[in-house]
Amino acid sequence: MTEVPEHLLRRSKERRAALGLPVPGEPDAGGGGGEAAAGGDPDKIPAHLLARSQAAGEGGDTSPAATASPAGTEKAAATAVATAPAPTAKGPEGHTQRLLTVVKAGSIQDVRATPTDKVHVWPHLLIGEFVACMAMSAFLLVFSALVNAPLLAAANYNFTPNPSKAPWYFLGLQELLTMFHPMIAGVTIPGIGIFALMLAPFSDRNPSTKPEDRKFAIALMTLFLMFWAVLVIIGCFFRGPGFNFTFPWKDGVFFDL
Amino acid sequence: MARRLTRNGNGNGDGNGDGNGHRGPGERLAEVGEKVRSSQAWTSIFRPGSIFRKGYTDSPRNRSYVIMNSLLYHLHPVKVKRHAVKVSYTLCLGGLSFFLFIILTITGIFLMFFYRPTAAQAWNDLQTLETSVTFGLLVRNMHRWAAHLMVISVFLHMSRVFYHGAYKPPREFNWVIGVVLLTLTLLLSFTGYLLPWDQLALWAVTVGTNMMGYTPVFGSQVKFVLLGGTEIGTDTLLRWYVLHVLMLPFVIVIFMAVHFWRVRKDGGLSGPL
Repeated sequence: MTEVPEHLLRRSKERRAALGLPVPGEPDAGGGGGEAAAGGDPDKIPAHLLARSQAAGEGGDTSPAATASPAGTEKAAATAVATAPAPTAKGPEGHTQRLLTVVKAGSIQDVRATPTDKVHVWPHLLIGEFVACMAMSAFLLVFSALVNAPLLAAANYNFTPNPSKAPWYFLGLQELLTMFHPMIAGVTIPGIGIFALMLAPFSDRNPSTKPEDRKFAIALMTLFLMFWAVLVIIGCFFRGPGFNFTFPWKDGVFFDL
Repeated sequence: MARRLTRNGNGNGDGNGDGNGHRGPGERLAEVGEKVRSSQAWTSIFRPGSIFRKGYTDSPRNRSYVIMNSLLYHLHPVKVKRHAVKVSYTLCLGGLSFFLFIILTITGIFLMFFYRPTAAQAWNDLQTLETSVTFGLLVRNMHRWAAHLMVISVFLHMSRVFYHGAYKPPREFNWVIGVVLLTLTLLLSFTGYLLPWDQLALWAVTVGTNMMGYTPVFGSQVKFVLLGGTEIGTDTLLRWYVLHVLMLPFVIVIFMAVHFWRVRKDGGLSGPL
């Protein structure tokens, strides 16, 4: 038999004592009168409950008083009436119900994940990926067939091209070089930039992902990206001989990819 | 073929035979196919449940098998959130970055056959590659443009992830890995920049390494390690070549593996906004 927690046993004892019922496991101390309660044997269903269930099964279906009708034995009927204030113990089939255990609300874990709207990767995702890869391949192939990668004259230490530019993604840094000391522009600023990017999830404590809740973060990032893009574009197209400012439509473009 | 097999799989079915032991070519072909599929060699290659054993009919079980029985597709889970499939959410940027990396690997291996990383030979090898090697020019172009595209797509991927707030818990660590991947992509591109050994390469790298030389405290040491000497020369070329074709790809593949693994462990793509 399942072990019933101690506090529940105690509570049931108190309740039974208050109602004047015999307490199981103890000598008949209550005022139950003539009940031949199954006090000594806790596994047995008490006679008055048996009688009540019998009466319920055969007789009417409403109050315990009504069920205590001629059907049961006289003694059982009498006890049924005597214990009438106790809550009815009639189950759906008329069987006696017993309380096995009480489970506190919230103590049961809900192991099932909340259902989300999911689709199969095949075909829904794989087809999209396939089309994207094919489109990219086609674009790359056509573009490569039409536009040649630059190959200038062989490297020559004795001739410095004017201007000499870094690869385009570093032209922002080269642009900073015109404004700051090389240690600031070439090392400190990009180092801090990379580090700040890495720290973004830890410095942004706002848990929301909704754009309307993160106006500051979005504004800051957009400012950073725009700042960088502008520097790169200036470096690519607006810098001529001597890395001086120039307009591409005036002096031409000094830029190789 | 597969459909015919599933229909006629049990020998004298409803197919082309006339019922008197004379079988049409289609049925005979089906029988051969069935024999091949049940041979030990075939079943040792294709795992139980593989669509190459039983043919493919569209059912939820087979849709799962397609993913589970393929090493490549196995990067994916069997199912993903519906919004994660929308092109407008990811713009395919992460996947395209990976795809470009694969293209770069393939075209790069091709280029390695025709290239010697010494100051005396590198530029001449490229001339030969462009003029005398079949598809040499095309493959070199593809390698170059794919490299630029990869820098762009990795950068855009990072922006996309930021604007979706997808770096927030539980994905903080994957964002950090992503920034490392961005840095490695830039380094890969930059080390490749020197290899043609033309004027563009030489002086772009001069500008870049001069900047690195301003690193506080041990600037000159950093520059020395990067150049393999005090100035750019054939040692630099060898050094950057090894970095470009071996070391950095090796490192970036490890970081990519962690990146993809964490995408799944952190619950797939971040939720809809």
